[in-house]
Amino acid sequence: MMKKKNYLIGVFNDENVLLSAIKHVREAGVKIHECYTPYPVHGLGHALGYKRSRLPIAAFMFGITGTSLALLMQYYMMGADWPMIIGGKDYTALPTFFPVTFELTVLLSAFGMVLTFLVASDLRPYGKAKVFDLRATDDKHIMAIDLGKNKNEISVIKKILQDSGAAEVNEKNM
Amino acid sequence: MEITSSVRKPLVTGGKTIHDVTEDVCSRVEGKPTISWMLALATSLGVLTIGAYAIWMTLWNGIGMWGNNKTVGWAWDITNFVWWVGIGHAGTLISAVLLLFRQKWRTSINRAAEAMTIFAVICAAIFPILHTGRPWLALYWMFPLPNTFGSLWINFHSPLVWDVFAISTYFSVSLVFWYIGLVPDFATIRDRASGAISKVVYGALSLGWTGSAKAWERYETVSLILAGLATPLVLSVHTIVSFDFATSVIPGWHTTIFPPYFVAGAIFSGFAMVLTLMLITRRVYKLEDYITINHIELMNIIIIVTGSIVGVAYLTELFMAWYSGVEYEQYAFLNRATGPYAWAYWTMMTCNVISPQLFWFKKIRTSIVATFILSIVVNIGMWFERFVIIVTSLHRDYLPSSWVMFVPTIYDVGVYLFTFGLFFTLFFLFAKFFPVINMAEVKAILRSSSEKWTKKDPVATQNVVNPAPKEA
Repeated sequence: MMKKKNYLIGVFNDENVLLSAIKHVREAGVKIHECYTPYPVHGLGHALGYKRSRLPIAAFMFGITGTSLALLMQYYMMGADWPMIIGGKDYTALPTFFPVTFELTVLLSAFGMVLTFLVASDLRPYGKAKVFDLRATDDKHIMAIDLGKNKNEISVIKKILQDSGAAEVNEKNM
Repeated sequence: MEITSSVRKPLVTGGKTIHDVTEDVCSRVEGKPTISWMLALATSLGVLTIGAYAIWMTLWNGIGMWGNNKTVGWAWDITNFVWWVGIGHAGTLISAVLLLFRQKWRTSINRAAEAMTIFAVICAAIFPILHTGRPWLALYWMFPLPNTFGSLWINFHSPLVWDVFAISTYFSVSLVFWYIGLVPDFATIRDRASGAISKVVYGALSLGWTGSAKAWERYETVSLILAGLATPLVLSVHTIVSFDFATSVIPGWHTTIFPPYFVAGAIFSGFAMVLTLMLITRRVYKLEDYITINHIELMNIIIIVTGSIVGVAYLTELFMAWYSGVEYEQYAFLNRATGPYAWAYWTMMTCNVISPQLFWFKKIRTSIVATFILSIVVNIGMWFERFVIIVTSLHRDYLPSSWVMFVPTIYDVGVYLFTFGLFFTLFFLFAKFFPVINMAEVKAILRSSSEKWTKKDPVATQNVVNPAPKEA
């Protein structure tokens, strides 16, 4: 059982208000735990100071693995283990290996990247969703602030949130 | 600040708010199944059951139950296989290619189109698997597993093996793409669920999604890269399917135009099937505000483009047959147009080349009834295209003594019916239990593309205030 923490939840009606609020809150020296939105909001990660995702690198590495595996497999099977001439082609006619190599590159790249994404984002079947506000998957934008990690007083943070356009500010212990 | 265009038509009409999107889509999932839905499902299950008998007979007695003969070895089964695979292409095209091209109109239709892709590929796969004769060994024959003859492997020089890799990769990548797109919407349903079963089921399906900024950031990266991977995949799959024919030396098959021509034909028939399904879905689920006439018109324009490419390809084939000077090639095409299967050839020509040109008229391409009829006509035409390519090329051998006609048996019809039953059963189940419209993506485009926001509705914009922060 994880220890419960106190959070302050700012509920916003509009993505632009949320984006400007993030700026104000961060300028005031308050650490934001995380923001939750019903759809991808462009510039949100940047506003929160997140680094660019390294998933493209993962996809590329998995893709390269697929290419090499496919070529190795075909060269070994057709060239070394049981060489046969079929249709007058050489044992290891590279052009005929292209389709399978391409498909395996795509397959490993896609699967590897998606698995990396799921692991990195802690998404799994029956994964417990830490939902601060049920409306975050409907139409509200949520900003959660971990009170334990902020030195400012609750009332001060509350005020900052309200002044920067939050429709509601709630306290939550979870 | 809204960035709106006075040129582009709104993608979502009816003054929808973000919450309306959730309500409109989730209410179909949460509500009790309607009588018409149950009737539709029962009908498809009935067709599936009748077809299952044909499959059973095929498995029990062998593929001698079909009308295939020694000369026409690939008949209805491969025709149906290529047809179904082609239908699948529009889904990936809508979700991947249009995503890369930043076409926002894809958002309302991509979910259902991708579902269609997956179900169509399942239906397609049934035919070659049955055609192996002993499907219980098919896995063993098709994948690189060492077999009982020692270390003899599958033949990587063969287009049929490429096909196995292409179709299985295509299926699995499309499935992952579709599922990743569904996760945020499952979370929406989970957070609204009241029943115990739906809480557990959608809780499991949503993988613990919360919509955190970090997850969305990664999600968008993943979608973009998957789209980048799926785009060449779409092109490669039908290219490789066309290699099944093009790398052979059969007159009528041995042509270099096959890859682009097959890809265009696949998109052509795929969009026709998307239209057939979406026109029904929008009517039944009252989604006219999300799938607008504008969407239908845009899809019809794609049909004109791909239909015309297909038309040009037919003419190029005829020209190349004449220009090549190869008498067998010339005979094959003359026989197609004037031989015993001329009726099939001219059906194909009428349905695929002439009828989609009607969409040049704005009245026709914005008419629901005309679009529905033409979308079915195109699908019939594309089925005949595959039939013409396969059967008319095979039924006249180099040796006149082996010339035959192909006549389908009731088991050919039955297996084809089975796939229809399966396709519609899966689609109806999808339409009831899954969100048919990608809520998250539609919500994301609402601000720039909905009627409400573009009209600067005071209620919608009242919250867009930017108060100066007060020093605490």
